[in-house]
Amino acid sequence: MDDVRYEAPESPDAASSLLAEAGGGGKVFAGGTDVMVQIHAELIDPGVIVDIKNVPGTQEISESDGAYTFGAATAGMVLMDHEGFSSTWPGVIDGVALIGSIQVKGRASVGGNVCNASPAADSTPAMIAAGAICNIVGPGGERTAPVEDIVTGPGKTSLADGEFIMSFSMPKRPAHSGDAYLRLTPRTEMDIAVVGAGVNITLDDDGTCTAARVSLGAVAPTPLLVADAAAALIGTKVDDAALTKMGEACSAACNPISDKRGTKEYRIKTAAVIGRRAAEIALERAREN
Amino acid sequence: MASILEESGFNPGADLKIVGTNPIKHDGLDKVMGRAKFGADAFLPGMLVGKILRSPHAHANIKSIDTSKAEALPGVKSVITSADFPEKKAGTPPGDMTRNVMAREKALYDGHPVAAVAATSEKIAKQALKLIEVDYEVLPHVIDPVEAMKPDAPILHDYLRTKGVDGAEDKQTNVTERMVTQLGDADTGFEEADVIVERSYDSKPMHQGYIEPQGCIADYSEDGQIEVWCCTQAPFVYRDRLSAILDIDCNKINVQQSELGGGFGGKTGFYGEPLAIMLSKKASRAVKIVLSRIEVFRGTGPVSGTSYTIKMGCKKDGTITAASAEMIFQSGPYAGSMYFNAPNAMFTRYDLKNVDITAYEVLSNRQKVASFRAPCVPQIVFGVEGVVDEMARKIEMDPIDFRLKNACDDGHTTIYGDTWGPIGFIETLKQAKESDHYKTPVKEGEGRGISTGFWFNRGGETAASLNLAPDGTVTIATGTADVAGSRISISMMAAEELGIPVDQVRVKMVDTNSLGFNRVTAGSRTTFSVGMVIVDSARKCIAELRSRAAEMWDVPEDGVIFEDGMVRPASANVGDFEPMSIADICKKTTMSHGAISGHTEMNVTGAGPGFAVNIVDVKVDENTGRTDVTRYTVIQDVGKAIHPDQVVGQIQGGAIQGVGWALNEEYIYGDDGRLQNAGFLDYRMPVASDVPMVDTIMVEVPNPAHPFGLRGVGEVPVVPTMAAVGNAIGDAIGIRPTSLPMSPPKVLDIIEQAKAEGVYKG
Repeated sequence: MDDVRYEAPESPDAASSLLAEAGGGGKVFAGGTDVMVQIHAELIDPGVIVDIKNVPGTQEISESDGAYTFGAATAGMVLMDHEGFSSTWPGVIDGVALIGSIQVKGRASVGGNVCNASPAADSTPAMIAAGAICNIVGPGGERTAPVEDIVTGPGKTSLADGEFIMSFSMPKRPAHSGDAYLRLTPRTEMDIAVVGAGVNITLDDDGTCTAARVSLGAVAPTPLLVADAAAALIGTKVDDAALTKMGEACSAACNPISDKRGTKEYRIKTAAVIGRRAAEIALERAREN
Repeated sequence: MASILEESGFNPGADLKIVGTNPIKHDGLDKVMGRAKFGADAFLPGMLVGKILRSPHAHANIKSIDTSKAEALPGVKSVITSADFPEKKAGTPPGDMTRNVMAREKALYDGHPVAAVAATSEKIAKQALKLIEVDYEVLPHVIDPVEAMKPDAPILHDYLRTKGVDGAEDKQTNVTERMVTQLGDADTGFEEADVIVERSYDSKPMHQGYIEPQGCIADYSEDGQIEVWCCTQAPFVYRDRLSAILDIDCNKINVQQSELGGGFGGKTGFYGEPLAIMLSKKASRAVKIVLSRIEVFRGTGPVSGTSYTIKMGCKKDGTITAASAEMIFQSGPYAGSMYFNAPNAMFTRYDLKNVDITAYEVLSNRQKVASFRAPCVPQIVFGVEGVVDEMARKIEMDPIDFRLKNACDDGHTTIYGDTWGPIGFIETLKQAKESDHYKTPVKEGEGRGISTGFWFNRGGETAASLNLAPDGTVTIATGTADVAGSRISISMMAAEELGIPVDQVRVKMVDTNSLGFNRVTAGSRTTFSVGMVIVDSARKCIAELRSRAAEMWDVPEDGVIFEDGMVRPASANVGDFEPMSIADICKKTTMSHGAISGHTEMNVTGAGPGFAVNIVDVKVDENTGRTDVTRYTVIQDVGKAIHPDQVVGQIQGGAIQGVGWALNEEYIYGDDGRLQNAGFLDYRMPVASDVPMVDTIMVEVPNPAHPFGLRGVGEVPVVPTMAAVGNAIGDAIGIRPTSLPMSPPKVLDIIEQAKAEGVYKG
């Protein structure tokens, strides 16, 4: 471990410049719950750590006409304790709540979870299912991208040198909408997903599904947006046949590896189970509002 | 001084005032407040940071090691390799020990130390490790013990020959020993059976899961005196073994034990200590080595994995007629599995006439195995109690009745030759049957498992001193490590004997220069053995107190009695003297013969065996194979609970460790022989929310060999656990798993098999 320079810039441009100067040797630091562990385990050796928490907007939660925006470095516990956000996006909160312990969530952020780029990240499938948009700052100015476009492989993102996610914008919620995230782990908590599934659905007044997004984690090199699984639900009453078809689509989308956390076969098999169960929770929530 | 405790003086009707209550642990507040000093918490002036370079290969010849670049790095004060240690013959206990702490000819597992450095900072020490050049010749490796027995398996040691096999003198092998244990005639026994069940099982090595990584500091002075501070279950054993591998006199190595952040058998053998000593010697500075969690997993020993077959037969009335087993125990690269416990304990608790057991210890390219709570027994009981359960089912007998039918009673002579005094196995089974848990019907969709277990409990060499201060308060010096709260229990026994409040007693774990040899804290021996020694020491003090009083009153010694913490005249005939407290006498010892102390060494015998019954309910997720333990009751004979809350903690802890072993814990290796889950994130020990509150029923069948009737309680709680969980899963899904851990993917496969065979319960 060489000496690490710590910077805490107070503007988006300053943060972006520091990262751009460092080239690949810079590391964005929000809660630090991945970065610090990786440094101590000697998995990474950054020249400069750029703490973005002093950049205005990285820790705020705001709402405008039912559409939420929250800072990428907002701590998980802060999101969970935000009544408006957590009642609007219970599925995103399902994912956030499963990240580590309460102490870890006191620092860990959704931005960090997405950019750590683990295929098994718990908040990422929920954010993809929610249709969340990343507000990205970089040397070339600001741009936006859907969450599903960020992770390109284990530990790899589509963010260019100097770019970082400032905040996430959530779409406005139609009536009769519900989302859920569920994961399969051998333990009840403090574990890494073997399979994770985020489901977001909207029903019409008759209970017919008019919109759906389904995302799977830990079953491929990146979190997946599974269009076929969503299609299996749209236009149906989300009945047993639709849910079965949706589960089958989840299994079909899997492209997992066998590793210490689960075998390929087991992941494919259980993706259908977890996908379906997440959809059932999302359905129940959609019917309640 | 010899013991005066010829008879234990056990009095079943004694009016105990302190034993059986739950005072606050004297070491508790320091632990809660973060003040307790563990292995990593010693700091000496000018001390250096020691770091270990470890082999990345599971099996490799070490052709050469060049440390010159590391030595040249500013801040590096010493670098050592095996060349810095005395040569000890390979295949002997010191030869294996020195090679395990520092690889010599070969690296034999991923994580095997090959060199170490001491530097002025952690950063420099880590940089120095990267500058050490090791030239490896990578060899084929073998980790699975069944593979390691095959004729074409890679051989770890050219010199190894199997003990206990005729004609093995010429054959290279990885099998250290074949051990046969027999009783009666198993063949005849099986002929008498109406029902025979035979099943094969396997289990993975189990990490003890202590939270504190090994940490030590060593200071080697110029005159050859060595001070070692470390977290250990066995300070005296460490000293003697350090002496053996370093060729240094025992009296020049002083080992002081720190507080222990969990051990469970994992801290009975050293890792960093000899390296810190040799680094310190070369650097002339104190050196501290604290292992990282990754090093703990890669470099320290779990308990053996196994592969085995159990066969048992019974009559229609439930009488077991014969039992046999063939078992393979996985060791690391050296002998040292405690597999000899298994034949002696696996069936013991059932009154069997015909037994035939063959056990093999097999080397493999993984860490040298170590002890863990009832070493090598629970993973075999997993199979034994599976077979017992299946026999009961086949003859349609209640599982507890079946076990009662075969249960040992007082006076049983065991397969290892001991004849027991009073035991509580039958009583634990009866109380299990009468328990609320057993009487409550199994919930819809759940399964229930019953299992039983036995542990020997141990005694052994123990030394302690009990000192009376001038104000009548008591300090106790013991050398048997406190790994789980024995200090409060020792204080309580001393206070009970002396008739004083427990708060007036304090126990200190002293260094190895201060007392005679104390055996390792293991085998559930400590509270029992130190209790014996302390009661003996207290009685010596009482005899001296009576003698001093007799002298002060000028009466014969037998005219003075001691009761309720006071010396009194034995009767009115002796004279009219005001009774004196311990303090009354101790404050005047300057004017008599000086301070009063009791000191005892004993090789303690008479440990009463321990028995436990488990009742476990589980819910298995049909679609994922995930098991939730929903209710857990342990019924255990504890002899006499000195500190009942502590005993409950032991029982619950054992059960929970067993749940982890049962459901998820395993070391996972890649094809390259490297450990892939070196940490608690992926080595899945249970977290609090994974287990229900474990209910305990303490049976107290006293052990008359102990003054208060106690039996060891630490080990038997883990013995029946995996079997009970396995039997419960079998009850829930229709087929009983045979492979540990019973992880979700394995259980899901069994569910699918059960469905295919039409036996799925669900």
